[in-house]
Amino acid sequence: MEDLSIKSTGLKKYSVIPGFGLTMGFTLVYVSLIVLIPLSGILIRTLDLTWAEFWRTVTDPRVMASYKLTFGASFAGALINAVFGLLVAWVLVRYQFPGKRIVDALVDLPFALPTAVAGIALTDLYTKQGWIGSILAKFGIEVAFTPLGVLVALTFIGLPFVVRTVQPVLEEMDRGEEEASVSLGAGRWRTFRLVIFPSIWPALLTGFTLSFARAVGEYGSVIFISGNMPMKTEITTLLIVTKLEQYDYAGATAIALVMLVISFLMLLSINLLQWWGRSRHQADHGETSYVLQ
Amino acid sequence: MSSNNKPNLAITEPAWVRRILIGTALLFLGIFLFVPLAAVFTRALEKGFGVYAESLKDPDALSAVRLTLIAAAASVVLNLIFGLAAAWAIGKYEFFGKNVLITLIDLPFAVSPVVSGLIYVLLFGLQGFLGPWLAEHDIKIIFAIPGIILATVFVTFPFVARELIPLMQAQGTDEEEASVVLGASGWQTFWHVTLPNIKWGLLYGVILTNARAMGEFGAVSVVSGHIRGLTNTIPLHVEILYNEYNYVAAFAVASILALLALVTLAVKSFVEWRRDQDLEASRLAEEIS
Repeated sequence: MEDLSIKSTGLKKYSVIPGFGLTMGFTLVYVSLIVLIPLSGILIRTLDLTWAEFWRTVTDPRVMASYKLTFGASFAGALINAVFGLLVAWVLVRYQFPGKRIVDALVDLPFALPTAVAGIALTDLYTKQGWIGSILAKFGIEVAFTPLGVLVALTFIGLPFVVRTVQPVLEEMDRGEEEASVSLGAGRWRTFRLVIFPSIWPALLTGFTLSFARAVGEYGSVIFISGNMPMKTEITTLLIVTKLEQYDYAGATAIALVMLVISFLMLLSINLLQWWGRSRHQADHGETSYVLQ
Repeated sequence: MSSNNKPNLAITEPAWVRRILIGTALLFLGIFLFVPLAAVFTRALEKGFGVYAESLKDPDALSAVRLTLIAAAASVVLNLIFGLAAAWAIGKYEFFGKNVLITLIDLPFAVSPVVSGLIYVLLFGLQGFLGPWLAEHDIKIIFAIPGIILATVFVTFPFVARELIPLMQAQGTDEEEASVVLGASGWQTFWHVTLPNIKWGLLYGVILTNARAMGEFGAVSVVSGHIRGLTNTIPLHVEILYNEYNYVAAFAVASILALLALVTLAVKSFVEWRRDQDLEASRLAEEIS
């Protein structure tokens, strides 16, 4: 093995396995055609605008109101999912109850259910005549066609992320550390706070960010329940579609660019978080083996 | 450790705490997952099975089903070939810029569905970069089937590759190198050595691609133009019916997609179970030898 990889050809290490040229060539061509060239169109089209025009478009009061709603509701939804996602992951990993396998499989429903279906189902439930909406109406709470409706839809579509990032970490956790904590006199809550929570914290943050990022770009599940009133319940992705329908390509593209930049920043922070989680994990392991020696 | 077989009381919660936590989790999942799912089927069958079947036999609904099947088939085939090529290149070789390539493959996940549609409108739309040229040659991409296929391919782009890349990286190159050294060709090595090792991951990637392709709404909505009977996919047809206050028909068509989602979840659980069994089997085999 070693002597095979010493011989190096340029940027690639030597390998006896054939097919690098074919697979790499096809991959690069396909990525360029489907992803890179179309995406770069956003940048090029935005250059049609002067800086002043661009700034006016992306800071228009109606657009600003849509950012506030989109990012606010996405943040709140991700927060709800962080709390309940952690709870669901905990219950699925630590406890036994009937129907657990089905519940576990059902957690991925928001990934599998088309967003339009989720959108009309949630709208139907939360209008004043709906199963849930009629109950909430008695308490004077209106959900459908208000910002609260946007929150419900964004919570739904982000639900699996926290569960699925925290679950594997909880499964792999060393129960011995908990026993050690208990035998040293810590209570259950103190053990959770000081022993368990610190090791699931990076996964929880990753799940939160994924849920938030997904919610910011969401369209299908929201447009039915939100009512789409300008300045009140209009999300940013809907504004892009509206501008496109009016053939305002430059305006749509400018707003899309703002959203793209924010998405990239979030993708970057997710990668940094995962890197942080991994290096912490390794550091922990290094420490344990040191103690054991 | 003795704690492996029976629950250790010192590191679990009292029964009443456990019950409250399980109850709260199930209540949350019930309200957010189970009730919406139940609502789809209840509303679809509200006026009886006859009306339900009638809504599905509508010619516009059937043409939406046809278009959705075409778009999903195209996405699965194209992204499957791409996923295999990308995983082979990334998993079996060491080269400069690998992480950049992986990030590029992940990009479509980070892009809003609406923006995924927009980029193709900017390229091929009437006022797009290639729009005038396409109009001259009488080629329609936007507001036509090719645009819908392109947008669907984009949103499902990473699914197969993302399943296969970590799998092929983890499996390393020893088996393939042995096969090639013993005289097998590249294709033989792929069919007889690599493919059996990745079959479950591959199946899983294909299922995810198919589910997302059939259910995509935002990206397809931007490029479709919503021409009834021509450029409507199933999710777009649901939207039209719903906006026409034809609720029963909307939920009837939606229930087909909800069934598809449930089948996807079932197959996913099965594939995960098989994969765990394979892992367990290989672990046992290692222990014995």
